[in-house]
Amino acid sequence: MNTAITILADGVAYASWLFIVALGLTLVFGVLKILNVAHGSFYAVGAYAAATFVAWFAAWGFAPWLSLVALLLGSVAVAALLAPLTERGLLRVFYGRDEVLLVLVTYALFLVLEDVMKLVWGVNPYFVTAPYALFGNVQIGGQSYVGYDLALVVVAIVCGLGVWWGLNRTRTGKVVLAVIHSAEIAASMGVNVGRVYTFAFMFGIFLAALGGALTAPMISVQPGVGVAVVIVSFAVVIIGGLGSIEGAAIGALIVGLARSLAVHTWPPAELFSIYVAMAVVLIFRPEGLFQRVKTRRI
Amino acid sequence: MRRAAALGLMVLAALLAGGLLAPKWLLFLIAMSAANGLVSLGIVLMMRGGVVSFGQGLVFAGGGYAAALLSNKLGVSDALLLAGAGGAAAVLLAAPFAPLLARYRGIFFAMLTLALSMVLYGVLMKSEGLGGSDGFNMRRPTLLGFSPSDAWSGYALYALVVTIAVALAVAARVYFDSARGLVALAIRENELRVEYLGASVRRVMALDFVFAAFLGGVGGALAVMALGHIEPQFSYWTTSGEFVFVSILAGHHSVAAVFAASLVLELVRSFSSAYFPNTWQLALGLFLLIVIRFLPQGLGSLFAKLASRAP
Repeated sequence: MNTAITILADGVAYASWLFIVALGLTLVFGVLKILNVAHGSFYAVGAYAAATFVAWFAAWGFAPWLSLVALLLGSVAVAALLAPLTERGLLRVFYGRDEVLLVLVTYALFLVLEDVMKLVWGVNPYFVTAPYALFGNVQIGGQSYVGYDLALVVVAIVCGLGVWWGLNRTRTGKVVLAVIHSAEIAASMGVNVGRVYTFAFMFGIFLAALGGALTAPMISVQPGVGVAVVIVSFAVVIIGGLGSIEGAAIGALIVGLARSLAVHTWPPAELFSIYVAMAVVLIFRPEGLFQRVKTRRI
Repeated sequence: MRRAAALGLMVLAALLAGGLLAPKWLLFLIAMSAANGLVSLGIVLMMRGGVVSFGQGLVFAGGGYAAALLSNKLGVSDALLLAGAGGAAAVLLAAPFAPLLARYRGIFFAMLTLALSMVLYGVLMKSEGLGGSDGFNMRRPTLLGFSPSDAWSGYALYALVVTIAVALAVAARVYFDSARGLVALAIRENELRVEYLGASVRRVMALDFVFAAFLGGVGGALAVMALGHIEPQFSYWTTSGEFVFVSILAGHHSVAAVFAASLVLELVRSFSSAYFPNTWQLALGLFLLIVIRFLPQGLGSLFAKLASRAP
């Protein structure tokens, strides 16, 4: 019983940060129709930026709780600086090309960013412990949980609800939905599609960076943190159906639980449990759980 | 078909003769790029049907591990036999998934194949008997009963790799121009129409996947013989990404372009890792972006253009 609760708690915590990252990925795919391999790099840049901001805040002698603000500022900075540069300067050139070719474009971007990060931050690991220590441990029903994990769950829920609300209940959101549905028709109705693309990409990258920033306190930030994340978040959005928010949430839960089940019952399977879960879902639902079947061209 | 075979023989003769003059590092570089080129040739084979596999690391590692294990555990040392065994092992590994994968297209095909290769990566990382994340070394193979001396081992392996590569390249050309090979091009254009015309799209896709697996397995076996070492990285997604890169760089028009592209990648990689050791990925990424931007149809389209311009 206790193991079951632990598996559940670990799985949900893992699913939470995964959802934040995958939400960004699925949003970018929904609007720009690009499966962004470099998403993991932005995640890593977010982690580095968070480490830098937390270190600055500590050097300026700010109170420890402000380190949370530093995490947020780090991801905002990444989204505000890098995302428009990438979208306007690079991706715009390739719009309208084949989906798979666009994957390769972002793969190239991923390679470039991997080295740029090494140039900027070096190869030594960074540690950001301040935010993690803030929350301590929480006792619920005789079990002890890591407070930071619980906070992550809350942030993930807020992100998910926020994006859902923003898309479905605001004017800007409706415009974005129109572009997701058909960029061409939206443009002919007077929507500035280019601006929507930039905005959506910035928001997606913000979520990636936020995921990275929130993870930074739990790991040592060093080269290579982004590599594994890309593929895991791919698995999530593929399971859920590309471009679907509910799908990303369910996908993250499936992947998180599959992984924690493997970790606690049969550790050697940890590395591939995620892909097995994805393969099983795709066998039964070839387009993912929440994807409408596309009409075929005759 | 005769033209392809004659051209292949000429290229092979030139490569074998040129190899006698070339320095050792160049022989190794060409051998590696030919071995990797075989894997990318498999992707090009699938690309003609409109799908791109992001998981050829699966068959590359499958073939490589099979060859290395046969050599170390069972004492099989003949290079030709090992290459064939690598291809066969990759086919065995991939064939069960072929009917399933034949149903998927686009991103889903790419991601499912990627998932398969990552499952293999996970298994290899955790299997202690296979050296886990460190992998293991392989003994130097013999060739048709001879064990070449140190001075000649590099050339012998080079000769073997280019011979196999040219033979398979000719076979691929013949297949591309065959009826089934041309059906793949039609599928790329519009698969529903192909179905109405009476061809089985799934069978073509499944078979192409198996053929690609064979090419990838042979490539993996040859690569491990050239390197003398194998590790789970063979199956990692970044390795698969490089194979896709080469096939996109080559385009699906020309078989020769695949090997040219593979050599270009190998040259860019080894020169940039020699001259900018910390930023070779950056160089590679920029190179890739430039190619996609300015050569959308790949190097092969350049060849085709030159050919059509000639009188």
